[in-house]
Amino acid sequence: MEFIFEWFRVLYDETGINLPFLYDSYDRNRMVNGFLTTIWLSVVCLFFSIIIGVIGAWLQGSAFTWTRRIVNGYIQVFRNTPPLVQLYFFYFAIGTILPKVENDWGGQSPILGSFAWAAISLSFFAGAFNVEIFRSGIEAVPKSTVEAAEALGFSKIQIYKDITLPLAFRVVLPALNNNLVNLVKTTTLAYAIAVPEMLYEANQIWSDNVNVTEMMLFMLLAYFFLVGILVGGMNRWERAMKIPGYG
Amino acid sequence: MTYKTDLPVMMPVAPRQPEPFLRLSLWHAVPIAALTIIAASLAFAAADDTRLSPLAVLANWIPLLLQGFVFNLAISVSAMALGTVVGAMLGLGQISPIRLMSSSSWFVTQFFRNAPWLVLLFFAMFLLPFEVSIFGLKIPFPDWFKAILGLSLPVMANVSEIVRGAVRSLPSGQWEAAESLAYTRGQTLWLVILPQCVKRMLPPWMNLYSILTMATVLASIVGVSEVMTLTGRALSAEGGRPELLAPFYGFVLLLFFAYCYPIARFTVHLEKKFAVIT
Repeated sequence: MEFIFEWFRVLYDETGINLPFLYDSYDRNRMVNGFLTTIWLSVVCLFFSIIIGVIGAWLQGSAFTWTRRIVNGYIQVFRNTPPLVQLYFFYFAIGTILPKVENDWGGQSPILGSFAWAAISLSFFAGAFNVEIFRSGIEAVPKSTVEAAEALGFSKIQIYKDITLPLAFRVVLPALNNNLVNLVKTTTLAYAIAVPEMLYEANQIWSDNVNVTEMMLFMLLAYFFLVGILVGGMNRWERAMKIPGYG
Repeated sequence: MTYKTDLPVMMPVAPRQPEPFLRLSLWHAVPIAALTIIAASLAFAAADDTRLSPLAVLANWIPLLLQGFVFNLAISVSAMALGTVVGAMLGLGQISPIRLMSSSSWFVTQFFRNAPWLVLLFFAMFLLPFEVSIFGLKIPFPDWFKAILGLSLPVMANVSEIVRGAVRSLPSGQWEAAESLAYTRGQTLWLVILPQCVKRMLPPWMNLYSILTMATVLASIVGVSEVMTLTGRALSAEGGRPELLAPFYGFVLLLFFAYCYPIARFTVHLEKKFAVIT
């Protein structure tokens, strides 16, 4: 391994192509941490956005007009405003209103850090899309299937959990994967509030080493492969989940 | 027309009403407005009265912010125009029968579709020179121009996919019928296929425009003075009062919502209108 790293140092000396995140252990750690932060942020947002989507889709089917209206309002507001402004709104506007806690050094620090706000904001953003996706999936489940379950004495919750969701899940998987890919790409916005994710760390490295061209090309390739692998894996999963006769 | 009758007969089926577009109900703006006002007044209650109230300060800055927003729209329109022209060519390249052409177009499309918008914007910002000299003539590249180029890259890739998807979605009978009428490939594309595709491409294209408009605020990260940058400057000019943050950012949210929501409604309306009945 060291041999390969050293080769990149020689490459820099010989040709001037500077890739410090490969030969310099400090920069390498920063890059790896940034990559892990990107993955972790995506996973957290994915988890919460799916929860928001499921609950929202369930509330949209409720009998109360006002519940449906509030959910619709939430969807429209978050779909039609820029995610970056949402992030700023959460981080700066709401973050400063919330109470502060005392940190280990005796100073005042906000109750939620930048990572938490990025996770909250992006979850709500992706969740707004998920509500619509799940609702269309639930509507795609044939009414006769639900009626058959009712005839068998399933309760409303049981029907939702055991009949509607598993069938709807297969219908929505392509759209959900699309949204997931979008989410991974949107995590770069967390750069704006200094969450140490991949783009932010790359920025740190190119500020220290003045190798913008190399880092920029590396970023493009890194996201290309990250998203490419994700899309490939999701397509395989879609094929594996397929039930003959449904979709 | 509906009839009232007790007779056990089947009523004529009412024709499906298309969704009226631009049905902007006022309450959609209520959540944002309420949130900003409540947050602002809550914070203001704690402050002393000698300073202007947050909303009065906001009112002072609104003309400047609106100018910034118009700049955003100008960026979005130019990036969309550029991206659509290049993307349409790339999309036609993807369906080309020449193997090399189609695979290289496919690769370019996938590459720019998979990269995040912000990374592409950085790419254009930092790697393009600030001026180019052609025949001794120096043409400056201002940062807004680079932002347009950077934003048009992902637009190009998405338009390319929209074009390819629309052409693929047409039944192959159209191609075969045109071929049997002795149309050349170019004629088939221009006279038979593409005119039918325009209808199918319009809703996703408008959707993309809406996404692009919302992405123009990314240019603030790289220092173009559009609405988000101006908001930041206005906030610091007011001395960084924390109770101003919510009204100002809320106002920017409201601006984009007011612009993008009608587009979204119109897109849904078009989708329903052009829906293929199966």
